[in-house]
Amino acid sequence: MSHRAEIADRRAGRPRTSMFLRMLVRAAVLRRGRAASALVAMVVAASVTTAMLNLYVDVQAKLRKEFRNYGANIVIVGKDGASLPADTLRKAADTLTGRGILVPFAYVVARTSDGQSVVVSGTDFERVRKLDSWWSVSKWPEYSIGSPGGSTEALVGARAASVVSSKANTFDLTYQGRPIHLALTGTLSTGSVEDSRIYIPLSEFETWTGLQPSTIEVGANGSPEEVTGIMQNLVNVLPAADVRPVRQIMEAEAHVLGRTRAALLASAALIVLTAALCVLATLMGWVLDRRRDFAIMKALGASERLLNTFFAAEAATLGVVGAILGFVIGVGLAAWIGRVNFNAWVVPRFGVLPIVLGGSVAVALTSAALPIGLLRRVQPATILRGE
Amino acid sequence: MFVRLVYESFRREKRRKVLAGVAISLGVTVATAMIAIATDIGDKINRELRTYGANLVVTPQEDTLDVEIGGVNLKPPSDGRYLHESDLPKIKGTFWRHNIVGFSPMLPVTVNLGNAKDLTLVGTYFSKPLLLGKEQFSTGVRTTHPWWKVQGSWPDDSSLDVLVGERLAAKLGVASGTRLEIAGQLHRVSGILSTGGGEDDQVVAPLAVAQQIIGKPGTVRRIYVSALTKPEDALSRRDPKTMNPEMFDRWYCSPYVQSIAYQLQEAIPHSHAEQIRQVAQNEGTVLSKIKGLMLLVTLAALLASSLAVSAAMATAIFERRREVGLMKALGAGHGAVAAIFFTEAALLALFGGCVGYFGGVILAHEIARAIFASQISIQPVLFPIILAIAVAVTFAGSAAAIRKAVLFDPVYALRGEG
Repeated sequence: MSHRAEIADRRAGRPRTSMFLRMLVRAAVLRRGRAASALVAMVVAASVTTAMLNLYVDVQAKLRKEFRNYGANIVIVGKDGASLPADTLRKAADTLTGRGILVPFAYVVARTSDGQSVVVSGTDFERVRKLDSWWSVSKWPEYSIGSPGGSTEALVGARAASVVSSKANTFDLTYQGRPIHLALTGTLSTGSVEDSRIYIPLSEFETWTGLQPSTIEVGANGSPEEVTGIMQNLVNVLPAADVRPVRQIMEAEAHVLGRTRAALLASAALIVLTAALCVLATLMGWVLDRRRDFAIMKALGASERLLNTFFAAEAATLGVVGAILGFVIGVGLAAWIGRVNFNAWVVPRFGVLPIVLGGSVAVALTSAALPIGLLRRVQPATILRGE
Repeated sequence: MFVRLVYESFRREKRRKVLAGVAISLGVTVATAMIAIATDIGDKINRELRTYGANLVVTPQEDTLDVEIGGVNLKPPSDGRYLHESDLPKIKGTFWRHNIVGFSPMLPVTVNLGNAKDLTLVGTYFSKPLLLGKEQFSTGVRTTHPWWKVQGSWPDDSSLDVLVGERLAAKLGVASGTRLEIAGQLHRVSGILSTGGGEDDQVVAPLAVAQQIIGKPGTVRRIYVSALTKPEDALSRRDPKTMNPEMFDRWYCSPYVQSIAYQLQEAIPHSHAEQIRQVAQNEGTVLSKIKGLMLLVTLAALLASSLAVSAAMATAIFERRREVGLMKALGAGHGAVAAIFFTEAALLALFGGCVGYFGGVILAHEIARAIFASQISIQPVLFPIILAIAVAVTFAGSAAAIRKAVLFDPVYALRGEG
């Protein structure tokens, strides 16, 4: 069998496909500049869209983290101000399973040596520090080391400090005749009721007063639905306690977050729309520019269906390649914005990929279909004559 | 000849020019709207953050300690010092009065209600009209504590009506409309209050009622102030006593929460003003994060719109290679051809920029109204900036295409190849 016959044979095997593919590839190679500019438009549009969609989903979680700095959004209190049952903290921690932080507080009114009333609270400093990050404290007690000289380290509110502390840094309090010797380790300033209180470690508080915590403040993470779910679980697990939402925090958060989300959504919509329009314009220009190819194919006897398939395949390829490249760049862009603004990476959402892919192909096909519709009505001869 | 070429090009190729102009206008519209929103969003979010409630509290200077657990006041009723109610309007006379969104005085007193002993009744303003000079404004908890919800109706500040907290109401079996005897006087319960805080166990009444109960007319215990503030920075945290006069002026004239507190202290005699750190400290971070986010998003919008403009220009020029070929064949130099295209681009950019700017202003207004239910303020200085950006982007977008068109061999161009 001769060499030529071999080639003819091979071509006969897949006549249409090979020619079709070749036309696609040659069209892209021969008009590199135009193909590249269409592709660049596609890639930029897809990457900006990807970044905006990624951000829109992720920013809410990021902002929620910022809003958690406002402190507890749920409080658990004993019914009628009584102490909570001993196992409440453990039960609540089991319910929360790491989706937030729990801080126990116990309160009594004690008397100073000159007979003034002052509220003393027992708590867990390490947890308070995490939940109530706005507390301005001169020095946190490190009660793990133990109490020096038989006194307990105490964090004293700014206003309480002027009442209790003399020149020496130690002072005595009594509760129902039981004395305690405290050392002023640091002062606390919040601009709220905490300024009038004295905070000591919970274990020391319990040995001194024999009382259990009466309040647990909960900073629960998550969306409003998740927080409501956590609250409902807590209500079910703790029938002996009152579980209440902190409306001030929850409502304000929902309000501000809602407004921010709406602003972001409006911006995202504007950006995506501009990007889509830009792609549409570029691609339409590209297809219109190739009216000669179109006319020649038609003059050589290509069927309408073949022409439609050809241009559609071209547009779809461009859409898919552009979307994939754009997705990669967009994920990087979103990650960078997250890093700059929130000091945390925005995790790529692969759920965005099909949306971007579908959108890109749809825009590409639309921008191919419009000029083809126009050209179809024109005689090939007219186009070839250059009119 | 030059002017005529440009003029004819606009006259004869209306369709193409309109297309390019529309692309530029759209790009500029989006850019203007985004810049306007991004520059104003700080102010808008700042106002939204006021839903967290007051960020400043004013107390008497020589105050005794609060003895309060879970919203229940355990202090003997006669204890403590007071501020004067007559000093309240002075808050609206301070330097940053326009930044003060509202304030509410509070006067807690201890009352007995039938079997329920030692309840706290808080006297306050609900939405009280006040007069300072000729300016009239109303203020109270409805502004400073927006999360308070009332089932029934809010009492009038000049009436004897009271609100009862929801847990207390459930305990006492009180509903709105019930009459309660408090300290020897009958009061109508106008609504049931739900706050999710200590007030759920309290009675809330107009200020005058509380003053009458403790027999101290014209006094308040503390004042909650809700103010728009600027996020903290290094200057705000410094102690004003250690500043030189120049720095002090700068500090005094910035709406930091600390300097507003300082001015409140100046305005109200014998008072001590302090930031409520839970609210004041966090709003700065939240505000700067949201502002930063919108800024970066605006950059993305600018990128997308400049790309749209460049793409439109490139396409428009690419389609005119024959024209370029003809001009060059007739002896036009590279410079002359480029000059024509750049002039056309500049005209398009100016025209599209103007249309786009006004479109963007309208768009920004609509967005602000839909999202924040308020007007957006647009700086007039934005107009020349936007025009300059439009021209620059159009030039940048056209430059590559013009260069290519100019360098193209006229023979090929005229034959229609390439």
